Amino acid sequence: MYQYDSFDAAIVQTRVEQFRDQVARRLSGELSEEQFRPLRLMNGFYLQLHAYMLRVAVPYGTLSSTQLRALAHIARKYDKGYGHFTTRQNIQYNWIRLEDGPDILADLAAVEMHAIQTSGNCIRNITTDQFAGAVAGEVVDPRIWSEVLRQWSTFHPEFSFLPRKFKIAVTATEQDRAAVQWHDIGIEILKNAAGEIGFKVLAGGGMGRTPIIAKVVREWLPAEHFLSYIEAIMRVYNRYGRRDNIYKARIKILVHEIGIEKFREEVEAEWQQVLPTHIDVPAAEVARIAAYFTPPAFETIVPPVAAHEAALKADPAFAHWVARNVVAHKVPGYAIATISLKPVGGIPGDASADQMDAIADLADQYSFGDVRVTHEQNLVLPHVRLADLHAVWRKLVEIEVATPNAGLVSDIIACPGLDYCTLANARSIPIAQDIANRFADLERQRDIGELKIKISGCINACGHHHAGHIGILGVDRKGVENYQISLGGSGAEDASLGELIGPGFNDAGVVDAVEKLIEKYRAIRQEGERFLDTYRRVGAQPFKEAVYG
Amino acid sequence: MSQIITANDLPTGDVVYWTGAGWTRDAREAALVTDTAAAEALGKAEVKARRVIDPYLIDIELVDGKPWPTRYREIVRASGPSVRTDLGKQAEL
Repeated sequence: MYQYDSFDAAIVQTRVEQFRDQVARRLSGELSEEQFRPLRLMNGFYLQLHAYMLRVAVPYGTLSSTQLRALAHIARKYDKGYGHFTTRQNIQYNWIRLEDGPDILADLAAVEMHAIQTSGNCIRNITTDQFAGAVAGEVVDPRIWSEVLRQWSTFHPEFSFLPRKFKIAVTATEQDRAAVQWHDIGIEILKNAAGEIGFKVLAGGGMGRTPIIAKVVREWLPAEHFLSYIEAIMRVYNRYGRRDNIYKARIKILVHEIGIEKFREEVEAEWQQVLPTHIDVPAAEVARIAAYFTPPAFETIVPPVAAHEAALKADPAFAHWVARNVVAHKVPGYAIATISLKPVGGIPGDASADQMDAIADLADQYSFGDVRVTHEQNLVLPHVRLADLHAVWRKLVEIEVATPNAGLVSDIIACPGLDYCTLANARSIPIAQDIANRFADLERQRDIGELKIKISGCINACGHHHAGHIGILGVDRKGVENYQISLGGSGAEDASLGELIGPGFNDAGVVDAVEKLIEKYRAIRQEGERFLDTYRRVGAQPFKEAVYG
Repeated sequence: MSQIITANDLPTGDVVYWTGAGWTRDAREAALVTDTAAAEALGKAEVKARRVIDPYLIDIELVDGKPWPTRYREIVRASGPSVRTDLGKQAEL
């Protein structure tokens, strides 16, 4: 795991002291709200419906157990005992007092954390595969290059005031768990026939009111030119991205308007200007960073592991959890366990301070102190011995985060919606809860199979509804919450944009409609088809008929 | 439609309402606005005095003789999250 060097520590500590001074000046009246607002936002402090909200960065979704305990401490001391894990692999607190802000940042800094790059028109928290460094088939641990990006982008003077916020995701496996095609820049790490590392670089993806899937800027970028090329893209965006219209300011609009060929030409030309500046990271520096991500000291284990096999046979509930929430590890005898923050009827992504502490303890005892946050709002223990899985599961059951529903209908992404967010037009969480309750029968969920439902409470699409197999968008229709359904979206390697199927529904109606869609799928699916596969085979019409008659 | 003044407390961020003499956390204690221009001026003055931020007027109806927001967004602010009825003003007031 990456550990701060003296520069990181100094940067973060200085930021804490700056913010302490800024808050004091705000409270004394020396700074107006107009002057202070951008300063608090640069430190992750938003004003939401009930109070200030603090968004804490979790770079590439990796947490140490110590950091997770610090997050629990903040939830307990400064908030109301819980936090909300987000689709940016970050965590948000909903009930923060501004006057506590400097102390919270100091507590975060003590465990090498901060809230930098969680707001503003800068390069935001870099996201990646939650199974990084653990899953089989990985070209290289994507966190190495994510960390290169983090160091390069933090306080980058040229890119701190971009036309709009900017999101970068990195993946290093064929299976995309980081939704890279939905990002401003998506990076796929590849290996060529000669065994060399390189990158496929995409740009211009994004959700929001104008959803667009990213296009390929370069099929192969040699590793030694990683930063110079990314910098060239940023420069082109910074120069040509629109600043006159917030709704047209994202890079996706630029790429769409000038076309990918012209955009590529601009980037390649700019790259020739950047190359002589020697911004690229020397191989030795990459190696230094890579050393932080050296795999832990795995034991040599030869499966099958008798204790694990016996537990699977003896305990059907455990076996169901393993079948759904556990995936193969690259090292024999180990497994990757997804901790579902989607208990049936619960709030997607919420975790109490006590749960966070207990998961940190589990990480220490069974996963080398390593915890991950997923963009689907779950947590992961990435390195668990098969022999320990049953003990881990028993503890997860005890703290109520063992729902065996990873990837199923109740594993729903939902933004905070109108229960917390000032931008929302409708509530998202209650819709997720109602759908999960409707499909509470886990046997029914398993029969339905993989189904990604994603719910946003406004057009900004923080709930990724455009990428949902079933996407739900809450809107305000003359003062009443109304929910529109789209079908066929995907955030995975087969990325696609969901299509609206027709008029919206009220809160009860949308749950009925989802059930009708799912029952139609069950009626017409072919062997082995997921909901998304059936939709792609038959199109929207049968589903529209199921819902609208 | 009757209105009241709402804002957020500067140091805590808490949702507050103008009573005519100060700020309260309880929408039911808010004073009805009788002069829109004066209410807006008062909001600006309170911001300048560093007591609140983002003041604005909201529509209300009288429930048992006391003001209560009509728009759902404002009901959530006055109550707390509908999904955590153990939190916020609905649990505390």
